[in-house]
Amino acid sequence: MITFMNNSDSEEEPCNERTSLMSAESPPVPSYQDGLQASEAGEAQAHRKRRAGSGRSPNNIAGGEMSGSGVPVRESALENEEEELTLKYGAKHVIMLFVPVTLCMIVVVATIKSVRFYTEKNGQLIYTPFSEDTPSVGQRLLNSVLNTIIMISVIIVMTVFLVLLYKYRCYKFIHGWLILSSLMLLFLFTYIYLGEVLKTYNVAMDYPTLFLVIWNFGAVGMICIHWKGPLQLQQAYLIMISALMALVFIKYLPEWSAWVILGAISIYDLMAVLCPKGPLRMLVETAQERNEPIFPALIYSSAMMWTVGMAKPDTAARGPSQPTWDAAEDGREHHRSPSHTDSQMSETRSPVPSRPITLEELEEEERGVKLGLGDFIFYSVLVGKAAATASGDWNTTLACFVAILIGLCLTLLLLAVFKKALPALPISITFGLIFYFSTDNLVRPFMDTLASHQLYI
Amino acid sequence: PAFGLFLFTIARDPLRIIILIAGAFFWLVSLLLSSLIWFIAVKASDPRDERLQKGLLIFGVMFSVLLQEAFRFLYYKLLRKAIEGLVALSEDGCSPISIQQMAYVAGVGFGLMSGAFSMINLLADALGPGTVGIHGDSQLYFLTSAFMTMVLIFLHTFWGILFFHGCEHRRWWEITAVVVMHLTVSGSSFCNPLYVGSLVPSYLLMAAAAAWAYLLSGGSAQNLRRFLLCK
Repeated sequence: MITFMNNSDSEEEPCNERTSLMSAESPPVPSYQDGLQASEAGEAQAHRKRRAGSGRSPNNIAGGEMSGSGVPVRESALENEEEELTLKYGAKHVIMLFVPVTLCMIVVVATIKSVRFYTEKNGQLIYTPFSEDTPSVGQRLLNSVLNTIIMISVIIVMTVFLVLLYKYRCYKFIHGWLILSSLMLLFLFTYIYLGEVLKTYNVAMDYPTLFLVIWNFGAVGMICIHWKGPLQLQQAYLIMISALMALVFIKYLPEWSAWVILGAISIYDLMAVLCPKGPLRMLVETAQERNEPIFPALIYSSAMMWTVGMAKPDTAARGPSQPTWDAAEDGREHHRSPSHTDSQMSETRSPVPSRPITLEELEEEERGVKLGLGDFIFYSVLVGKAAATASGDWNTTLACFVAILIGLCLTLLLLAVFKKALPALPISITFGLIFYFSTDNLVRPFMDTLASHQLYI
Repeated sequence: PAFGLFLFTIARDPLRIIILIAGAFFWLVSLLLSSLIWFIAVKASDPRDERLQKGLLIFGVMFSVLLQEAFRFLYYKLLRKAIEGLVALSEDGCSPISIQQMAYVAGVGFGLMSGAFSMINLLADALGPGTVGIHGDSQLYFLTSAFMTMVLIFLHTFWGILFFHGCEHRRWWEITAVVVMHLTVSGSSFCNPLYVGSLVPSYLLMAAAAAWAYLLSGGSAQNLRRFLLCK
């Protein structure tokens, strides 16, 4: 199976995913990109417009429509060459995405398995008000569905809010929101996490040291994510915060609600990205029109955006998930819920588009792929839940892991074919869910019986 | 050792990693289907009848083996198509990865997945406190499981090569040989805990398969000698 990275139509077709709080500050990145864009403005413009044009119709195959007449021929030639180049590097991009997703999942699974705190039920988010401790199955199901509806509507409201803010150029507000949420994530969650890990391993740490460590961690994180920093460090931080966010979700979402939410999120993702009036799509198109990158901090990017003579940073936006709603957090702060996490929770869904950056063939290849942080979070939630709740333990976890990776491969393949923003969640989550339930119920008894007789298949 | 194989030969090339994961996925799907069948069979039968359960288990194992081989074949078909796609898209008209490499990687994928599923719960339990074989079972449970898993992983790798080679050159006897070998190895595990009956034949078969695969891949006794003498 080969997956290809495609040039995406718009520069920013964010596949918004619920990402964690971090929203990247646009300024540093746009300045890079703007500079680069200015240098190759003309052709890029035409190309982008063409791409944008093609992006707008849902079933556009790469390079389908030529809206501009100016450079169609050259563009198609370019297109072909770029396509080949893209395809050649397709496998590399897939691996560039595999590695962070794998790392995030490993961190989450390791934490779940070792730290007790994240599997205890200590209350619920205020976004999921209905409890699941009801005696009857029907009631429980009803409650989880209601929880899901509430959660999804919160997400939709937040997404629309963010899109409106973006449309009306309230950049300061958005940035402030994102900074606040990333602050909270970096400091508070890390503090809780570190506290729990230290408790588990019975390591004592005094407050001054703790303060120093967390302060350093948080400060460097803020700088790295919102401003400039070494790429690997930024990637590491993004993975960390995705893992933290996923852990919080795993802890605070009740069982059945979590699964229903995962399913509903994929459907929402699908619709929000592909429907013409979907909020994420509008976000992408708006960003496209303005030639701006979408909040880089909400996106995991696997390569630097700056490259000498970089051509248009095409982005094949991958799956959008729910946008991060730092804004929601702000709203929350007004009514402090008993547990801090509540306020922070669902707020942070950042739209994280993933896009490969493609370069002109003559220039140095520096392709990168971008994936929304929300994608990371939800993949990790799936695998973490599998690790936490499945009685077949590692088999189920492993099965879900492979399923998610294969879903990612397939999505990237589709991306290569369609060359526009695609949701990263649906395929992977569907596979993951199928494999989780089937492995837990079907494969586990089989393997257990085999193992007890020491038979091998 | 299998993990070492992975590190040294596969982790470099991203395309191989994708093929590996896809191979693991195919094995997983075959396992899923076979356990589905077994589950249905068990539910439909009387849970108290020991012999019937054992018979069903044996049936499940055999069926699973057949399904695995069927999925290997499907995977082969998929890889053929993929190679054509790769060739069409590459610059100089030849595929960046040959079918033999794919066969090897696919075999490793299958093997890793099956090994992981066989061993990982065991390993997790092994970390905890306890005594091996306290209820009168063999004390060598962990050791033999480890060896058996390793031999199975290697066997999957070799079978992958043999199988693909057979499909390539349309030699049906090679394919049937692989299937028969797989069935034999699984069948021999029925002799557990009489470990002599299962480990020894498995290792012999593995040596045979290794030699066969090596010859098929173009090796020869001369190459081997040169390699060993580090020329």
